[in-house]
Amino acid sequence: MARISAGIGSSHVPAIGAALDSGRSGHPDWAPIFAGYEWTRNWVAEQKPDVIILVYNDHASAFSLDIVPTFAIGCAESFAPADEGWGPRRVPIVQGHSRLAWHIATGCVLDEFDLTIMNEMKVDHGLTVPLSLVLGQPSEWPVKVIPLAVNVIQYPTPTANRCYRLGEAIARAVQSYPEDLNVQVWGTGGMSHQLSGERAGLINREWDTRFLDQLSADPDALRTMSHEEYIREAGSEGMELIMWLTMRGALGPRIRELYRFYHVPASNTAVGNVVFTPED
Amino acid sequence: MVLVIAIRNEYDGFTQSLPEPAMTTATFEDIPGTYVFTGERAIEGRHLNRFCMSLMSALNRARFKADERAYLDEWAMSEAQKQAVIKRDFKSLLEHGGNIFFVLKIAAVDGRPTQSVAASFAGQSTEEYAAMMRSGGRNPAGLRSVSGRF
Repeated sequence: MARISAGIGSSHVPAIGAALDSGRSGHPDWAPIFAGYEWTRNWVAEQKPDVIILVYNDHASAFSLDIVPTFAIGCAESFAPADEGWGPRRVPIVQGHSRLAWHIATGCVLDEFDLTIMNEMKVDHGLTVPLSLVLGQPSEWPVKVIPLAVNVIQYPTPTANRCYRLGEAIARAVQSYPEDLNVQVWGTGGMSHQLSGERAGLINREWDTRFLDQLSADPDALRTMSHEEYIREAGSEGMELIMWLTMRGALGPRIRELYRFYHVPASNTAVGNVVFTPED
Repeated sequence: MVLVIAIRNEYDGFTQSLPEPAMTTATFEDIPGTYVFTGERAIEGRHLNRFCMSLMSALNRARFKADERAYLDEWAMSEAQKQAVIKRDFKSLLEHGGNIFFVLKIAAVDGRPTQSVAASFAGQSTEEYAAMMRSGGRNPAGLRSVSGRF
């Protein structure tokens, strides 16, 4: 049977991908970030997951505002990096797991979670930067990836509670998949940041720290938090953190926190990384 | 905050109340200088954001650069939106329905980094802004609420 063995939370700042791709990872602005991910990089290399369900958001790359799915699951065989205005990132094409993706889509829709099914989709930095941070720069990604895109750029965005419950529904679907697969769920985005308006550059270290504490020990506090509070405290783009709750929801009520890293800044953003395993 | 929705999650026994959902842009107006991209903004910015998305194509980028005004006139945008594009006034773009991730495509055409756009919103130079970020970012103290409720 397939099993969810771990959850990872990670920021997905585009400038981190640009630094890595242009050979600037040793620059003083970026070196602390790559050093901070070293523990996670080594741990995931040892764990050798078969599939990562990667919860992220698209930034006007695959989706224009013509069609705005709240939750979209990638069922395609593969996903090419999107051109975000500077040419596509020169990273490997992401290989999907169509059978597991369709199983999750089927399980979730019949579980009354109506996912949009994507059979063709390009993926932007929201998905590829966490892969680069945790898997480095291989010629091919060593793991299959199921993209799970969440709308966080066109209000109404889903509630934090809905994101958490999506994680629970994904876990139920994975647990009923017959093949023996080691599956990880990654939640990405955040941490506190705001790109626009007079609050551009907002960082809330205290709130971010509490978010990480509660994500680990008291996720109900984060499930009941309003959109206004996420935006007021973590910034308009910090609201991406609701996607970490899908990862947390997939792990069950009790988890063990294996690792935590927090750093300010990466360009406009606070960077966070956590590694959790489920506890029976 | 008034609690109006009680959710019983049959799977995990979660019974806490959820906050009242924000239904309009007005709910977010208490957060200073923050443009939550609501349906109201999407209506106003529909053609502006479509224009921005068109810049994903190299051909369209070349046409836009060759004659910005002529290219803008192909879109059903307001004059204020067109002027904001020509002046690269990102605050005005957001005030007229632009979505930040879409209007950033205009900066990409200019080869201008996101940090430079972010700095412009707060009237800072890119250098001042980058230095602020390196020293921990903009503290939210005093920037949570217009009304002073938070």
